[in-house]
Amino acid sequence: MPNSPKMTRRQFVTVIGAGLSAIMGTIVGLPAIGYLLSPALEKQKGESWIPLGALEKYPLNQPTLFTFTRAKKHGWEKTVTSYGVFVLRTSETQVRVFSNVCTHLSCRVNWKEEVQEYVCPCHDGHFAIDGAIVSGPQPRPLDEYQTKIEDGNLFIFLKEA
Amino acid sequence: MFQRLFQWLDERLGLTSIHDVVLDRKVPKVNWWFTLGSASLFLFLLQGVTGIFLTVYYVPSPDHAYDSVQYIMNEVRFGWLIRGIHHWGATLMVLVVFIHMLRTFFYAAYKYPRELTWLSGVVLLLATLGMGFTGYLLPWNQRAYWATTVGTEIPGTIPLIGPFVTSVLRGGADLSALTLARFFAVHIWFLPAVIAATIGLHLYLVIRLGISHIPDEND
Ligand code: HEM
Ligand code: FES
Repeated sequence: MPNSPKMTRRQFVTVIGAGLSAIMGTIVGLPAIGYLLSPALEKQKGESWIPLGALEKYPLNQPTLFTFTRAKKHGWEKTVTSYGVFVLRTSETQVRVFSNVCTHLSCRVNWKEEVQEYVCPCHDGHFAIDGAIVSGPQPRPLDEYQTKIEDGNLFIFLKEA
Repeated sequence: MFQRLFQWLDERLGLTSIHDVVLDRKVPKVNWWFTLGSASLFLFLLQGVTGIFLTVYYVPSPDHAYDSVQYIMNEVRFGWLIRGIHHWGATLMVLVVFIHMLRTFFYAAYKYPRELTWLSGVVLLLATLGMGFTGYLLPWNQRAYWATTVGTEIPGTIPLIGPFVTSVLRGGADLSALTLARFFAVHIWFLPAVIAATIGLHLYLVIRLGISHIPDEND
């Protein structure tokens, strides 16, 4: 090969080598990022009305815990998640349903009959019967579910993150 | 600025002398067959990287191994690509390492003073085959299961110690969760460590002794 005035053989090889490495790095590197982030990018949208049974079985003005489980797929495995909600029937036909997940750091709150408050065992968060903050580190009241009553049966609208 | 930074680092790390010794070596007139050692090295690194990525989702337990591989193939973004590269790269690596051996054999590059380069090469070939053998079981499908049943049965025919060797390989009399776990450990820790260390020795020798020239009428 005659010597080119523009570029030496060595420079040519360096440029081609660097170029090919960059291309290969990108072809493998970019998919690799998607590969690692994959589960986080998965949208597992589950929206459904969950039946909580006949409304009349819930006592008036007394939060009653209702639990149910939902199976979700995580990767190659079905994971069963338990949910707990407090049903507060305020009149013959009216009801409010609160999540038992503490709005601080997601421990589960319990209804304490003696103090008439929901109390979180983790950092002593207290919530009033209507979910409002009484005391503690939690930033917002208990989350409330949308409800509907059909033929005397109570349903809540569950959105899974 | 960049120049100064480089000089500062070079003075401390000796980058230029590393470059000169490792890459700027005198080589005889060679041909494409001489690229296969570097190709083996590249494939080893590629297998290493894709293998590390596979362990993000793969689970070495009989309950989950098969499902986790299916998950990688069908649901993880680019999972098919990462596994595909690792799968085909494995076969290619065995092929390339083997042809590299043939090239050093036919060019008589194993002779004085390169006997140790050859011997370390033997370790590399066996370890590479070991990678193929242990990796084959990991998907835990029918083919993997029976291939390993057969593969671990073969040393069982050695007189006297045969059955013992088989049960060491299997971690018991039968193929089980223990087999999968130990194959996994050997595949991702033991053999890669052996290969990496041996490549270090191999390349040290290649650099120290230089590349042999293609035999001619004077040899
Ligand atoms: C993971 C596997 C291996 C890697 C990464 C590797 C890497 C290399 C590299 C980069 C060279 C420089 C020259 C060339 O590329 O041809 C080389 C030379 C050499 N290899 Fe390997 N090698 C491997 C396996 C083997 C095997 C299986 C053998 C033989 C049993 C072997 C025997 C030799 C010998 C004798 C030389 C010296 C050649 C000469 O000086 O001309 N290698 N190896
Ligand atoms: S998690 Fe409930 S108070 Fe901290």
